This record gives sequence, structure tokens and C-alpha cells, in this order.
Amino acid sequence: MNVSPLGVSSATLACPVPAQRCPVNSGQLLTACRLAWEQGGQLAALWASDERDRERGFCVHVLLRDRDGLTLLDHTLPDGGARYPDLSTIFPVANRMQRAAFDLVGTESDTDDPRPWIWQAAWPIDQFPLRRDFAASPKWEPGEEDYPFVRVSGDGVHEIAVGPVHAGTIEPGHFRFQVVGEKVLRLEERLSFAHKGIEKRFETLSIADGSRLAARISGDSAVAYGWAYAQAVEAIAGLELSQRATWLRALCLERERVANHLGDLGYLGNDGGFAFGLSQFSRLKEDVLRLNRRVFGHRLLMDVIVPGGVTHDIAPESTAEMRTQCASLDREIRLLRDIYDDHAGLQDRFRNCGRVTNELATKLGLCGFAARASGVADDLNRDGDVAARVAVRFDEALESLRLIDVILDALPQGDIIAALPRFREFKPALGCVEGWRGPVWFALESGPTDAIRRCHPHDPSWQNWPVIEHAVIGNIVPDFPLINKSFNLSYSGHDL
Amino acid sequence: MLHILRQIAKCGIKTEPPPPPADEMVTVARLQKKILRVLGRALTIRQIDAGSCNGCELEIHALANPYYNIEGLGIRFVASPRHADLLLVTGPVSKHMAIALKRTYDATPDPKLVVAVGDCGCSGGIFGESYASLGRVSNVIPVDVAIPGCPPAPVALLQGILAAVSVAAPAAELDAESAAALRTEPTMGSGVARLPEGAAELAPDAPAGEPPARVGDPP
Ligand code: SF4
Repeated sequence: MNVSPLGVSSATLACPVPAQRCPVNSGQLLTACRLAWEQGGQLAALWASDERDRERGFCVHVLLRDRDGLTLLDHTLPDGGARYPDLSTIFPVANRMQRAAFDLVGTESDTDDPRPWIWQAAWPIDQFPLRRDFAASPKWEPGEEDYPFVRVSGDGVHEIAVGPVHAGTIEPGHFRFQVVGEKVLRLEERLSFAHKGIEKRFETLSIADGSRLAARISGDSAVAYGWAYAQAVEAIAGLELSQRATWLRALCLERERVANHLGDLGYLGNDGGFAFGLSQFSRLKEDVLRLNRRVFGHRLLMDVIVPGGVTHDIAPESTAEMRTQCASLDREIRLLRDIYDDHAGLQDRFRNCGRVTNELATKLGLCGFAARASGVADDLNRDGDVAARVAVRFDEALESLRLIDVILDALPQGDIIAALPRFREFKPALGCVEGWRGPVWFALESGPTDAIRRCHPHDPSWQNWPVIEHAVIGNIVPDFPLINKSFNLSYSGHDL
Repeated sequence: MLHILRQIAKCGIKTEPPPPPADEMVTVARLQKKILRVLGRALTIRQIDAGSCNGCELEIHALANPYYNIEGLGIRFVASPRHADLLLVTGPVSKHMAIALKRTYDATPDPKLVVAVGDCGCSGGIFGESYASLGRVSNVIPVDVAIPGCPPAPVALLQGILAAVSVAAPAAELDAESAAALRTEPTMGSGVARLPEGAAELAPDAPAGEPPARVGDPP
């Protein structure tokens, strides 16, 4: 994004993709966001930090992405009382991020939605965990908040509350449906049940140790998070990674993508009343995980990626095994795809279910494969329903298998890990990786003596959760699990 | 339809047959037999994610795949704690989930078993205890068995479930052989710690020291 018309200075930001960093005042913040929106840009992430120890009050960080790369806008608030402009008028997705930034750091926006988002009465509401002088008291007991859900009134309207403990083996969250008969009039999500203080925890770790925590932000995306974190660390260190290490990381990322799509395709079949799909796909997924274990030492590939490189090199036998597996998976997935496509009952459930139009997807900043299923980015005419998301998952799983083959063919020789240097303090950097669900972001700033000063991971689920609220409107309640699964968003990655 | 039948026929039965020694699946085959012997009836499990990273959930999902075929053993995951014999709890318990976890525990009929899953469930794992996390599951509700691992592999999960069940089954119901096996066999002890009533478990790499007070204890 060209920021010169705004009259702000910009500096290059350490990041594997082109990125700039600009200090902005509140007027410039608003203008920059408007400009970005008009030029097809999107809000990637928003977070805040406590800079009072450096006499800079608080800082709100707004990360924008467009075709040129990334722009990080840093807006300083001199003290706790100052407010910054409400960006949700431009990017609706900013709403929850602004509320989260308030709950954790106490930075207030001009929003007319003062409801908490992360806070759930587990600590006093006037205490902000990500402030540097925050001290948790053992006396604080878990509490219950009275969250003001929006109610729909009218003849025959009733409410269904689901969660945080769900019927299946899934993560915790609360859904509030307003329904007439079976039809959903409105859905409101209440998340943050899995909030376990990840950002604060990072600040107690060294930069090198942060990598283990990064891989456990959302277990299904351990590779994407591990890599994005490593990118940020290597950007701070100015470390050039060996080609072989980079390619091995790409190999892991594609294997993670295949495993997740296989798992979800099975559950989507099952939720559509076709248990055959679950047993077939879960078998294929297990084959992938077992080979991961044999080749990389971990079924979910946790901790294979570390700052400086990767921990496991692959032997020629492993290469052969992975190739054979790719070929057989490719065959089996195509066969199962035909079966899914031909199955009238399944297609009946998938089609026109949980529809997200291209226009809605763009307005709400939907990202990842779900956005591609709504035709965002490639401008293809896609329906944005469960069927489209299933189709994109099939396409991407097959494409990943092709990529794995390409990577195995072209894997360069070289070292797989380099030693980390001492880190310069107060250096910010960004990492970003297109994980299976969508882009995973990492903003990292080093502190003194190789410590982490501030670390903000951002999951694509922030962008996509609000879209589900829209996708279910007009659908029937029993279709909700299917719609939800077609996105399969992360709770832990969002709640932190 | 023909496609489907052909695929089913082609796949055959994937549930692991008795494997050669030293294979990781040896444990599975033995476990499966043992679970059947000990239980001889259905076991129902209610899974609760009390704040995990979702890695543990992925491995619990894997139990249902044709290789482990947990349903084939008569073990079912149920939707309500009121239908459950055993609670399978993952995660460090986030403060935001503590009340829901206690309520779910209370809603489960006695006698009930609780299995804590993963390094997080055993010790708080990498997240530890903080303003937002209460750490190990036994800090909040009584735990019978804790399965370490990050995440524990499906085999370890099966071992843990078996350990919990064998602890619960009265000795008289066991035939002599399996009772002896359960008393002496270290496989269940390796990686799976049986907790004496009222004690906090020691995960293999948990720091020694005062066990934290259990929130779930009666005053
Ligand atoms: S034990 Fe590991 S996989 Fe399980 S919830 Fe904790 S961090 Fe995630």
C-alpha cells in the first residue's frame, strides 16, 4: 500500500514478505484503513501493547494486507484514557479484535459495542492481563458473566443455548440461536472459553523456547504456527535459512494440510449422514499421521520446525514411502470424491447449505480456503455453500499431494538447522504462513537478553468466526454442525 | 452404490490384527482383548475439552478410525454427561471452563471415572497455571488416571482408558489371569499413573513440590 498520500513516514519491517511499518495519528489511522479498503485491502490483525515502560503509553497495532504486501500501522495512545477510532465501521471484523484488545490491554476504541470479548469474569474487569504491571491474584475465582446476547422477539421465536461443553469431541464455545421452528433467525457466538493466557505466557519465555508454545496455539496447525513463529524469529535475527530447511518446512505444511482436509472430509460425510465417508477418510488420515511419526517423529508434526531450521532430515527410504503414500492417497481421494459427488443424499445436504456469497465474504474479510470457496481472490463463480467448501478441500488436498511430490523431487541439499545468534532487543518482526485453514500471523518483538517482549499470534479463525453467524441464517438448526464443520475453525487459536 | 460396495470390499477390515512382536500395535491388540475382558459390557465416555490446544482432541478422534475401532470394543462417546461412565478431560483447565467442567462432573452419575488427557491435563503442560489457567485437571475435579503425552498417541489413550476401567472393576469380576495381569503388569503403569484418592498425580516431568490445592475438594 502506498502510504505517501497520507503524509506518514514508513520504515521496512522485518518479514519474509514485503512489509512496512508506519507510525500514525488517529486521523491517519482512519484514512489509511479507508484507503486500504477502497483498494481491495483487508484487515489482517489488530492488537495492542503496553509501552509505558518506554514512556510511550499504549500502542494499537493495525496490520493491513493487500496485493503489495503488509502495512503495520502503529498508533500511540499517550495514556490509558485516550481512545482510538472505531475501525469496525470500515472492517466489521475489527469489532471483536478491538474488544479483545480492550479486555487484555485496556485500550479503548470509539466503538458503540462495549461488551467484553475475552473477559469472562475470571479476573477483575479493571485489570488488564497484558499490561506489564499486571499481577494475578490467587484470590480471583472463576466467575460467571451475564453476557448481553441480542434477543429476537416475535410469535413463536425461541432461543437455544449450546455450549460451552458440546455434544461431540470438539473445542469449547457457546452458541446462542434464535429460532422459529427449526429455522435459524440469528446466531450469536460467545467465544474465549479456551483462553489460557498464551500471549502473557510468551512473555515469560525466551525467544528460542517460544517455539514449543507456538506449535501449541492450535494443535491442528502446529506446522503453520511453528513456521510463522520461526519466520518472525529469523527476521529479527536476520538469519538466512538453508534451502533444504525451507523445503522441508514446506513439506510438513502440505502434509498438515492433507491430514486436516482428510479428517474434515470424513466428518463432513458423517454429519451429512454418510458414515462410510468417516471410516474411509479417517483411515487415510491415520495413514498420514503414522507416516509423519515415522519420518518426523511426531504424528502432528509438533516441534519439527524450530527457529533456525527443522529438527528432522529425511532419509531416502522415507522419501520413497512418502511418494508411494502420495500416489495411493491421490487414487483413493479421487475415488471417494466420485462417491461423494454421486451420492444424492449427501449432495442434498451440502448444496445451498450455509451459503456465503462473494460479496459477504469480501465485506467480512473471510480468508483461507473458505474464502476461495466463495470465489474470493480467484473470481471464479463459486457458490460459497458447504458443497463449495467440500469441493475446495478436495482440490486443495489433491494439490498438496502434487506439491509434496514436487518438493520431494526438487529437495535441495544442505544443512537443516543453523545456530541462532544473540537477538537485538526491541526489534519487531512479522511472520506469516498460509496454513490449511488460512493465513496464520505472528507479530513478535524481542526484549532484553533474548526474551520475548510482546508476541501476538493471529489465527484466521478471527476473520471467519463472524461469517458463520451469517452463513447459518435461514438454515435449519440440524444443519449447523455441518456448516460449522465445513469451516472447522479453531477455538484455541482464537481464544489464546 | 456399486462404487461404495466395491470400496468397502476392497478396504476389507482394517482393525488391527494380532501384529508381530515389538510393533507398536501389539499393545493395541492386547489392549483390545483386555478391555473386552474387563468390561464385558459397554463403556460410555463423555469427552470434555477444558481448554486444550485441540491436539489432544485430534488423537481422541483417531480412536474412532478403523485401525483402533474403539466403538467395536463397545466403547462409545456420548453427547451427555448424564449418559457417561467416564469423563475424558483434555487441556489445562482454563478459568473460563472451570465452572462448566465442575457442572459436567456433577451431572455425571456415580460411580464415575475421570481420565485426564495429555501433558496439559496431567500437569498444566506448557501453559501451566496463570491468571487464565488453573493447570492440571485434578486441580478442579478428582482424577483417576492421567495420560501424559503431547498429545498422547491413540495407543496411550487406550492404555489409559483400560487403566481407569480396571481400577474401577471389582476384583471379583476379573478372571484370575487378567486380575494378576492388572496387578503386576507395568504397561499400564508406564506412562499412566493411577492416582490414590485425594492425591495429585505426578506427571513424569512435573516439578516436585507441594501439590496445589484441589478446587474440587469439599471444604
Ligand atoms: S497436551 Fe499437548 S496436544 Fe494436548 S492440549 Fe496440551 S499442548 Fe495440546
